[in-house]
Amino acid sequence: MGLYIARRLAATLLVMALVGVFIFLLLHIAPGDPAAVIAGDNATPQQIADIRHQLGLDLPVPVQFGRWVWQLLHGNFGISIFSQAPVLTLIEQRLPATISLTLLTMGFAAVLAVGAGVLAAWRAGGLLDRGLMAFSALGFSVPVFVVGYLLIYVFAMRLGWLPVQGYAPLAAGIWPWLSHLLLPALALGMAYVALIARITRASMLEVLAEDYMRTARAKGASASSMLLHHALRNAGVPIVTVIGIGVALLISGVVITETVFNIPGLGRLTVDAITNRDYPIIQGVIVVFSGAYVLVNLAVDLVYTVIDPRIRY
Amino acid sequence: MSQAATLPIAAAPARTGWRRFARRNPTICLGGGIIAVMVLLAVFAPLYAGNPYLMTPMHRLEPPSAEAWFGTDNLGRDVFARTVYGAQISLLVGFSVGVSAMLGGLVIGLLAGYYRRFDAVVMRLMDGLMAIPNILLAIALVSLTHGGVGIVILAIVIPEVPRDVRLVRAVVLATREQPYVEAALAGGARTGKILRRHILPSTIAPLTVQGTYVCASAILVEAGLSFLGAGIPPNIPTWGNMIASSRLYLGIAPWTIFFPGCAIALVVLAVNMLGDGLRDRLDPRLARSL
Repeated sequence: MGLYIARRLAATLLVMALVGVFIFLLLHIAPGDPAAVIAGDNATPQQIADIRHQLGLDLPVPVQFGRWVWQLLHGNFGISIFSQAPVLTLIEQRLPATISLTLLTMGFAAVLAVGAGVLAAWRAGGLLDRGLMAFSALGFSVPVFVVGYLLIYVFAMRLGWLPVQGYAPLAAGIWPWLSHLLLPALALGMAYVALIARITRASMLEVLAEDYMRTARAKGASASSMLLHHALRNAGVPIVTVIGIGVALLISGVVITETVFNIPGLGRLTVDAITNRDYPIIQGVIVVFSGAYVLVNLAVDLVYTVIDPRIRY
Repeated sequence: MSQAATLPIAAAPARTGWRRFARRNPTICLGGGIIAVMVLLAVFAPLYAGNPYLMTPMHRLEPPSAEAWFGTDNLGRDVFARTVYGAQISLLVGFSVGVSAMLGGLVIGLLAGYYRRFDAVVMRLMDGLMAIPNILLAIALVSLTHGGVGIVILAIVIPEVPRDVRLVRAVVLATREQPYVEAALAGGARTGKILRRHILPSTIAPLTVQGTYVCASAILVEAGLSFLGAGIPPNIPTWGNMIASSRLYLGIAPWTIFFPGCAIALVVLAVNMLGDGLRDRLDPRLARSL
């Protein structure tokens, strides 16, 4: 067990190292002079040279990489070109909003999707099942921002039930926090719910057809006991896998959702950085998001051993 | 006798090619049909759609009418014309990304599946690449260059290739163990011939199915990038750009956002349906479970 965890950790570190190399290389393999692109079309040669020096681009590449990794490991994510503030400070300021949105979405999406998938598999071919499949197809097809604007138009502008945009921290109270995050979580989570529900239903269908389910039924197990205790646990591995992989969907969606709903989180930080061509921020945000994604999948791998004791890597 | 002559003759079951195909594969036909219609609409846009760049300040933010079927936007441009022209870009990007990712994935996946050492290196690289969320990677790539359709296509292809590589590699690993490959090796066939004639054909079907899903994903990513301002330059009408420039007018002119939004949803839905239909047809094992 300990060996399994150690091996997964090692693999995770390797992936993070590779991510670091990729992000670093991006700046250098792009055609043209990165300092000039970042400085913009109207920059003077002096400004370009300043930016080149600030980003350390005048040093040899391996030295740059070493310096970048060293700084990263010491918590120095660089300085924003636009605002001259440390990138880490900017990220820390924006983190609570993004974490609130993401965790809320993951929580409600996982519960809703697994529940719906289980019920759909139980009554396969029925109304819920077909409705779920149709919703799932739509969920993958409509972009996040379109769902977002639709929700805003209906629930905020026309019905006035929820605020149009913005964010209220938890300190301001539970309902303000929740009401501001409800529509964004729905928009963000739609594709995620569609994916998880589909996989849950497929996995449950396979498990429900197994012989041991028939044995449980013959032994007089109740429906809820059969579904939850016997079937779901056996169906669990693909479901948990897709919950982990789907986080990538969430991360991509969070950037767009925060733009639509004007939430001051990491996603909005990224978009502002694009507009200003503030590359240190873009680098820092990618490191944070990739790190989060890799950690989530590590957690998923560890959860496997809890769900299915037979799994040993 | 006369009774026999008046007996109703049952309609003969559809035996002609395409009718039977349509009955057995409704998703392929529906999805493919919608895509075909959209492609035609996009290609022949200059003939009927009007001018997507023409600004008419006297007619800004007008609701749909007989003159402007989808209404006008904040600069008085015809939303219908812009939506139709936007289809050109979206379909072009989606198709290009799908094909490029398939080709890239095929080449790398074949080599990775066949040569163990190459495999070890390549799969670690793919794992690293897959850890970076695709929109962020595309944003980073686009923001480092001067933008344009080619860059956007490249920026979307790069994060999509690992999925195809994994798929092809899995097929190659499975096919490699088959008796007919062993037989070919024993018969003295060279590596290239084995890869081309014996292993490659098994990869085509799942790769094509995956290719449609990549195409759908690419259209969504392109729309997202344009919406964020990190995609196609804003003067070219794309659905994402249209929605981005109409953000402020959601309350007073929702048609400027919802017509391009529906267009995106329709195309992506059609491509997904095509993919599902192809998967049901080409890989029944997978179809039964999903």
